[in-house]
Order: sequence, then C-alpha cells, then structure tokens
Amino acid sequence: MKVFMLGWEFPPHISGGLGTACYGLTKGLDEIGVQVVFVLPTAVPISAASHVKLRTAADLPGARAAAEEYAFRHVTLRQVDAQLQAYASPVLTKAMIEQLAAQARAAVGSGAALQMIEAFQSQLAGSLAGFGPGAGVHYSGDLMGQVFRYARLAVELAMHETFDVIHAHDWMTYPAGLAVAAAKRKPLVVHIHSTEFDRSGEHVNQQVYDIERAGMHGAARVICVSHLTRSIVASRYSVPAEKLEVVYNAVDLPGDQDWDMKPIRQDEKIVLFLGRVTMQKGPEYFLRAAKKVLEKFTNVRFVVAGSGDMITKCIQEVADLRIGQYVTFTGFLRGRDVDRIFEIADLYVMPSVSEPFGIAPLEALSHNVPVIISKQSGVSEVLTHVLKVDFWDIDEMANKILAVLRHPPLHRTLRQHGHIELRKLSWRDSATRVSEVYEKVVAAAR
Amino acid sequence: MASVVFYFQVHQPFRLRRYSIFDSDATYFDDWRNETVLRKVAGKCYGPANAVILDLIRRHEGRFRVSYSLTGTILKQLRRWAPAVLKSFHDLAATGCVEFICETCYHSLAFLYNREEFIAQTKMHRKLMKEMFGQEPRVFRNTELTYNNDVAKVVEDMGFDAILTEGADHILGYRSPNFIYNPPNCGNLRMLMKNYRLSDDIAFRFSNRGWAEWPLTAEKFAHWVDQINGNGYVCNLFMDYETFGEHQWADTGIFDFLRALPEKILAGRKNDFLTVSQAVRRYPAVGEVDVPHMISWADTERDISAWLGNSMQANALHDVYALADRVLATEDRVLIDDWRKLQTSDHFYYMCTKWFADGDVHKYFNPYESPYDAYINYMNILDNVRSRIAARVQA
Repeated sequence: MKVFMLGWEFPPHISGGLGTACYGLTKGLDEIGVQVVFVLPTAVPISAASHVKLRTAADLPGARAAAEEYAFRHVTLRQVDAQLQAYASPVLTKAMIEQLAAQARAAVGSGAALQMIEAFQSQLAGSLAGFGPGAGVHYSGDLMGQVFRYARLAVELAMHETFDVIHAHDWMTYPAGLAVAAAKRKPLVVHIHSTEFDRSGEHVNQQVYDIERAGMHGAARVICVSHLTRSIVASRYSVPAEKLEVVYNAVDLPGDQDWDMKPIRQDEKIVLFLGRVTMQKGPEYFLRAAKKVLEKFTNVRFVVAGSGDMITKCIQEVADLRIGQYVTFTGFLRGRDVDRIFEIADLYVMPSVSEPFGIAPLEALSHNVPVIISKQSGVSEVLTHVLKVDFWDIDEMANKILAVLRHPPLHRTLRQHGHIELRKLSWRDSATRVSEVYEKVVAAAR
Repeated sequence: MASVVFYFQVHQPFRLRRYSIFDSDATYFDDWRNETVLRKVAGKCYGPANAVILDLIRRHEGRFRVSYSLTGTILKQLRRWAPAVLKSFHDLAATGCVEFICETCYHSLAFLYNREEFIAQTKMHRKLMKEMFGQEPRVFRNTELTYNNDVAKVVEDMGFDAILTEGADHILGYRSPNFIYNPPNCGNLRMLMKNYRLSDDIAFRFSNRGWAEWPLTAEKFAHWVDQINGNGYVCNLFMDYETFGEHQWADTGIFDFLRALPEKILAGRKNDFLTVSQAVRRYPAVGEVDVPHMISWADTERDISAWLGNSMQANALHDVYALADRVLATEDRVLIDDWRKLQTSDHFYYMCTKWFADGDVHKYFNPYESPYDAYINYMNILDNVRSRIAARVQA
C-alpha cells in the first residue's frame, strides 16, 4: 500500500498539534510497512505579527533531523516549491493553471473538485494585484493563493509518483487532494484534525468552510479524530454517515531523559496552561478559574505557555483580575522547553471550548502530570483517569484544581493511573486503523 | 441432611450531594436521590420479596426459615420513605421464622481504624434490633463480610455465638464451606462461611443466558443442594436482598424461582431450612480456619481492595477516623450522626479505581462520574466537618 500524503507541517517545525499528529501517524504507518510519500510546502517567512508560523521541511536539515530520531524506512519527504513571493511569472502561472484545470475537467467531468479549481483561478487572478510579501494574517488572498499553488505543484509532483491512495490533512491540503485525485484517478481520504467551527466558533470564514465541505464531499472517506468531531462533520457539513471514520490520535512516550531542572520556585505549585492562546483553547476560563482558586489557596503559580491572538487580552485580564503576581506568561515553547515545563508542572489544565482531539493532555500524562480537561474535547472520549469539567464551569474547574493541589493522594492516583492508561493509545494502532480505511477505499475504487 | 441457610443483606447508604470546596453549609446528603433510589428499590425488590417470603413461611408452616441483616441507615430510610416495607419486616419478625443478624449500625469499616467506634456501632445496632423486632441478635456479620481472626476475637468477646464470612478459596483450600468452623483461639464463636458458587448462581448468574446452567430452575438447584449430603451440613446462601427484583429483574423469573424453591428443597424430606443460629446450634464445628488477612465477599479477589485499594481511599478513611475523638467530644448529636453516616463503606467503594476504565459492576451503582469526583466530594465535606468541630470548640 502506498500513500500520497499531503501535509502542512512536520516536526520540528510546527505551530500546533497538526504537525505532531502527522508525524505520529506517519511513523505508525511506517512501522506497519505502509509506504508514504509525504508532501510539504517550502518554508515561508511571515512577519512576526502573525501567529501562524509556517515552517516546513524545506529547512531540510530540520526535517532530516526529525527523520533521524526515527529512521523512516518507507517514508519519502517531498518538498514542493510553494514559495509565497516567488510567482515568477503570473501570466505563465495562469496559463499553467488553466491547462491543469482543463486536464482535471477532462478527467473528472464534474464535481466539487472542478468548481474549487475554477474558484481558485478567479481568486488568484483577482488577488495578484494586491499581492505582496509579508502581506500578513490569515485568510486573506495570499494564503488562498498559497493553498492553490500548493495544489498545483502537488499535482505536478504526483504525476511522477505512483500510489494507491491520497491522504490530505486539514483544509489547506484539500484543494491539492482533490486536484491530485482528479488528475490521477485515485481515491482521496481527508483527515479532519479540526473544523472551522472549532477554530472560529460560529463566525466561520466562508471560503475556508467551502473548501472543507468540498474536500469532505469529494473524498471517498473522511477520518475524524474523535466522535465529537465526527458529529460536527455530520451535522454542519452534511456528510453521510457511511463515509465517516473515527481514528484517535495518540502520543509518543518520551524516552528517559534527565532534564536539568530549575523550578520557578521550589515550594510553589505550578498549574499549567499550554497551547495556542486563542478562543478555541479557552484561556480566559483558565484565568477566571485561577482567580477562584486564589481565594482559597495562594501558594500556586499559574503558567500560560503559548502565544496567540488572545495573548494581549489575557495579559489585560490578569491585570483586571488583580492576580498578576500569580501568573506567568512564557511565550511559545518548543522542543525541550515543553518537556521542561511539563516536568515542573503539578497540574495541567485544558479548558478548551471545542477541541477535536487534544494531544497535549497525553503529553502531560506521559510526563506524569495529572490533567483536567474540558468535556468538550475529543480526548475526553479516550481518557478515564483524568478530571473532566465543562469548560464554562469555572467554579467546578477551581474546585478540581484545588482538590488536586491540596490532596497528594489524588495527585498521585491520577498520575499513576493516567500514565498507565496512556499505554493503550499508540500511533501504531491509529496507523493500523488508517491503513484499514485505505484498504476499504482502494477496494471500492476498483 | 443438608440445611439451607439463607441470609439476605438489606442496605442503602446516605449518598452525598455534590459538595464543592466553595460550599459551606452543613447539609451533606442528597435527600432527593436517596429517596428516589429507596422508593424504586422498595417497589421493585423489598416489597415484592418480603411478600413472597412471608407467603412461603405461612405456606410451609414454619419449615421455611431465613435470616436478614438490616443496617441502621436503611432502617432510617424505610421509616422516612417506605413505612409499608418497614411494616412488612415487622410482620416477618412476628412469624418466628426470621432471624436478624447484628452488624455495625452505619455499615462502616470502623474495625480497620477505630476499635471503640466499631464496638459502639455494634452495640447501637444490637439495641436497634431489640427495639424494632424484639430480637437479641446472637450472630454477627461485619460490613460486606469483611473478616479476619482479630474481628473474630473482638466479636466473641462481645458475646456473639457465630460470625458470617466469605468462603474464599484461598482461605479454605481443599475444604468446603458446607461445614461449620471456628476461628483460632475462639472456643465459643462459630464461623458460617458463604458458599459462593451456589450463592452467586442465584445472585449473579441467574439471568445470564450465556451460562451453561441457564435456565436455573428450583428443581435443578434443589438437586445441587442435595448433593451436599455426605459432604457437608449447611448450604450457606448469602446475598444482597436486591438480588430479588433489582439485580435480577422480575422478568427473569427470579420471584418464581424463589416461590418454588422451598417446596423442591423440602420435597425429599431430607433437607431443610435453618436460620443462622439454628444451624450453629445443630451442627458441630469440624475444624479451625485461620484468616490472618482481611477477606470480604467483594469482587474476585475477595479482599478489601474495593474500599482500600488506592491512596485516595486510604487517605479518606484515615481522615474520617482521625476526627473520632474530636467529633465525639462536641456532643453534638447531629454532627456525630453526620460523621457516622460518612463512615458508610459505600462512600469509599465509589472511590475505587479498579477496572474504572472497563466500566463494570462498580460503575453501575456509582452516583459519581468518576472515582476522583467521589474522592474530591468526600474530602470537601470532611473539610466542613472540621470547621463545624472548630466552631463547637470555640462556642
């Protein structure tokens, strides 16, 4: 079985859980002998104002380093030259695009894939005028252009590869997935790590939603990272149930590492929030619960490890709540800093408003840190030795935080059982499930 | 001759209400839930089962006899919420064919932590049995049949004739629970050990269609009891009364089975029914059974790991008993009663993490979403108990 996998990030260059999940899954597939061609876009320098740091395997030494930690046997990393600024010749590009669209049209004849390509065509044509480097944030024309460029180049790459199935991770790769599927007449599997509703609440970006929907409907199977996500996909995107699969994420247990520990303060309890500081992750609930905790217990430090579009608002909130001396903001942590912060944390809290899965609690447990997670998360479907709370229930969150900090037996039992429970989640099992989906999809396509 | 010794445990705890660290009032118990559960169980089990037993006693003119233990907590609940059922227990007592067994009034694990409290609760219960049913209990059973040699010694010193416990394989070895035994160094106390195979056939396997012996008829079971002849005297069938109608629903035929059983057992004129005291009076002890470590009738391990298997349980039990002297010193009857209700073994059962991920029997009867919630709730309440003690001391 050979897979043409389309990703957007890969360790060590990541901005969130997607890269970790892709790496874990790829490693799992590699272990069970599935061959993978993993396609990534080149690194894109973006101004510091944007929190979306896209780095890629083009820092090829970095990618090789990731590969070196685990020696992939059946995985090839391919970089496509989707450079944001380097539209050498818009006219030439436009011609190539039109040619490609014609090919795709001939191959498919109709369908969402086609509409998508045509929509991008016009979009790209329209946005070329206002195009410029470092044009900044999120869902403006340049990102869409980049997405489409990736699609075009992925198709080119695909023409020189043979494979049985295409696997696309999250919306930014869906146009590429659809295009490659049309061009090579191979079945497409899309993987939902998060939906626009998870990321943006009810105020979804229509373009992104349309791409997600097209991808889901154009795919032969849709893999969701939890039943929570599955139900969102079924209800908000009208995807029929028979197309939906659930494959949980997992975590790699860390090796025995001896970190040089310098705690913030020896006797203080550390309660950790680690993740993007954005609406989806519920940082304001964390801070309000902190305030309630401090009413009863002050020998504690609340650490916010991460950055995001809500960071300034959070800092302001801390000041308004007058808890500044008990809260520390560390900024975005990566690599060993993440391990270090877990090693010194006494408790990890994930108050996510809508979390499709949530790998961070698994990482916490693997570092022997007990965990409080929101019930509105996919990972709460697989973990039982954790404390669960509704994200909005600040009183109960504080109640549980205080209980863990004040009662060592609770802390100990959660830690021990949680760590053991982790062993039932492995990327190898997830990869096996995914490979079964591949078999189904390939068999149906014959 | 094989004598069937039926013993039914009747118990409900006072379940706790959700109590956060930010709560500060002295109401700990979920009255609404406790009442709802009691009424439900009374309707499905206690009421109908008592009616069947009463009828059987009358029909067989005194040859059908059974034993019960009713905890102090359930008697309180019956008085409040199901007085008709309480009356039916009085009726049963009046037949002269029903024996009531003594235990700790609050169904507690006091023996493990506080000997005086254990003795106090046992005396309370003994008094209660006299008041309610006019009986002076001669036989004792500890909470959930927890037992070891030390329990036996203390119980013998309190003047009881016999004690009930679990016929665990690792204790009996090749020996059979169908005999009467005595504990080491106890000249006067006898042990009645549960025949767990036959007891669980009724209590657990009765409705299991996958079981090789399903369906279990009264005839088949009477035949098994008869097999004891030649290698035993008693058939100790100890079980939770909720077997009849709650664990095994009426539509499984459990009541029909119960109705038919005495006739089948008595048919051959070989076998009979005895109360616990009658069994102990009739049959001699055949040997000594040494139980140095605590056993119980719970789970496959038959030990106390269901209540004392993790550090949360150990901590909670330790903390509640650590308050003993101070609580009793306040002489505040409401506070002392609350503290005793907090000792009921169920609260610690809910904190059990054994097989939590598999979601089995433990989880079904658990009012909490997780054992951690149970522990957090309990410890928050203990905090309040401490502040009430402090307030009394200051006053």
